[in-house]
Amino acid sequence: MEAFTILRGAAVPLLEDDINTDQIAPVGQGPKINQDYAELLFQRRRNREDGTPDPDFVFNRPQFRKPALLVAGRNFGCGSSRESAVWAFMAVGVRCIVARAFADIYRENCLQNGVLPVTLREMDVERFEALVVASDGHGDFTVDLGAQTITAPGGERFHFDFPAADKTRLMEGLDDIGLTLKHADEIAAYEAEIASEAPWRQRADIGSIG
Amino acid sequence: MAATLIDKIWDSHVVARRADGRDLIYIDRHVLHELHAPHAFGKLARAGRKVRRPDLTFSALDHTPRSAPGRTDRNAKGEVLELIAAMREGSHRNGVRVFDLGDAEHGISHVVAPEIGMVLPGSTHAVPDSHACTVGGLGALAFGCGTTELEHILATQVIAMSKPKRMRIRLEGAIGAWAAGKDIALKIIAGIGVAGGRGHFIEFAGSAARALSVEGRLTLCNLAIEMGSRTGLVAPDDATFQWIAGRPWAPKGAMWERALAQWRHLNSDDDAAFDTEIAIDCSALEPQITWGTDPAQAFAIGERVPDPSSAPADRRAALERAIAYMGLTPGEPVEGLDVHRVFIGSCTNARLPDLEIAANVVRGRKVAAGVHALVVPGSGKVKRDAESIGLDKVFRDAGFVWGEAACSMCAGSNGDRGERGERVLSTTNRNFENRQGPGARTHLVGPALAAAAAVTGKITDVRKLMAGAL
Ligand code: SF4
Repeated sequence: MEAFTILRGAAVPLLEDDINTDQIAPVGQGPKINQDYAELLFQRRRNREDGTPDPDFVFNRPQFRKPALLVAGRNFGCGSSRESAVWAFMAVGVRCIVARAFADIYRENCLQNGVLPVTLREMDVERFEALVVASDGHGDFTVDLGAQTITAPGGERFHFDFPAADKTRLMEGLDDIGLTLKHADEIAAYEAEIASEAPWRQRADIGSIG
Repeated sequence: MAATLIDKIWDSHVVARRADGRDLIYIDRHVLHELHAPHAFGKLARAGRKVRRPDLTFSALDHTPRSAPGRTDRNAKGEVLELIAAMREGSHRNGVRVFDLGDAEHGISHVVAPEIGMVLPGSTHAVPDSHACTVGGLGALAFGCGTTELEHILATQVIAMSKPKRMRIRLEGAIGAWAAGKDIALKIIAGIGVAGGRGHFIEFAGSAARALSVEGRLTLCNLAIEMGSRTGLVAPDDATFQWIAGRPWAPKGAMWERALAQWRHLNSDDDAAFDTEIAIDCSALEPQITWGTDPAQAFAIGERVPDPSSAPADRRAALERAIAYMGLTPGEPVEGLDVHRVFIGSCTNARLPDLEIAANVVRGRKVAAGVHALVVPGSGKVKRDAESIGLDKVFRDAGFVWGEAACSMCAGSNGDRGERGERVLSTTNRNFENRQGPGARTHLVGPALAAAAAVTGKITDVRKLMAGAL
């Protein structure tokens, strides 16, 4: 996983609540094995009914072709657990999502991919959103995970809270499986214990052997 | 110390605490499906890792198969076939059993896992699908997960999580006629909102939860994710144990007795503290229906579409958008609106009792002219059981299509979908814009309201229909 330290770039305003993963990365009729995730991003909302791009949709506007941040409302990423809804943002360059709140699975999927999910302090949210809207893609926002700050183009700085454990993982770009495999012995010991205490948990088809 | 059921299951599955403070939770059963397994197998192979416990891992084929009668996977389209082939190949290479088309265990994973006795009370279950929570209805702790988490579980058989908060939702009162698990769930979501359970696991308790059939509890827990909670469960009781006893993979004989002795402790202690407690009055609960584009936009069948101008300012735009998408007018009742398509199926409402309820409404009636009506059993076993009591005939005689088990029109990934502007009554769990086809207008309902709409061609109060008042 790519380590996350400092991120600079345009911030896309998408100030809606309850944006679900069906909107972000529709599966539709033709799920594909080699998906172009950039093309998938908001596929339905990007295009009008006749199939042509909707020039007003924020991700179609020229200044947001290669953004770094996304700024959204409450309950962002609700719905399906599909991770393609994170990969689609990564494919266009977004590495930090600022939302009023995240759906649980979506937040986890962000962390798993080195995408920083930020929720600002209540008192800062409106001011920050206003700056994002006003900048309209012109001028860079800077996210500093070490300092836990986001700085707007004009220099105004916002601190955010972030769990220390998740911070270390993102900043060091740690391989999650590698971290867990340090406990391989404990996993094996646990399995041995369960095999004697609750054997049905260790044999899926225990009923078929009588 | 007093503990909640969620704590009891969590604590008994903690293998270790990782350096970053996350608990490693042991996963007893892991079920993959074709939309995610190919990527996870691929990533695993590139990292040079193997599946740690292929004997506890299974692959379901549920999202993309056609549901047309007599299907084979050969009538799936090219890219879908590739996904299916990649899942078979990855499963085979890793020694993971596939519940393939035509197998006795084929069907939607969340329907199959309980019915074969794979999921047991007090166990953990993971699926790369947010409706994994369904099997909480048996008193198991189930997690929907993303592809990277899936790969993690494949390699380690544990998931790394921080313990969430615990919520208890007490459901009290005797629900009304023609209402069931789905109606309770929609009532809860309308009450607490689609993010109401965020950061929590939910235990559903109270007399109305107890009174539900096991299938009804599976339906209720299926919708925990639509409450914003990663999972939900109902404490197992005698009804649960009876339901599981004798299923093919469930323990038998002395092993069953041993398991049962442990399972009887699976409940929240009387003085256990929850982070959040909510009570919902379910007495005389009426059949519910969604009118909008998220599952919280639900009400009883006789109610009227809300008026955005009387809503709080910050919600107004969202309401207006939902009303416009759904082709509604503020203040009008939904009852009586023309229906174009009816879908009875999905991991929410496609178990045998769901089909029986629908068949009781349909029997002796005909699908209304101009309505396309589709029933897709949740699994091959549900289909066989339904056919053995003649339900297929009831539906087919009425003019329904009787499909082959799959997710089908729930998410439209197999090509079954509604057309732009069509009003669809669906027993599924998500009424998001475009979910069932671009521009399709989904109303979520239980099987009774879906069946009533199919035979009348309109959104219909099933109670009036069955009382002969129409
Ligand atoms: S039936 Fe629908 S909700 Fe259930 S697993 Fe299939 S697609 Fe997901």
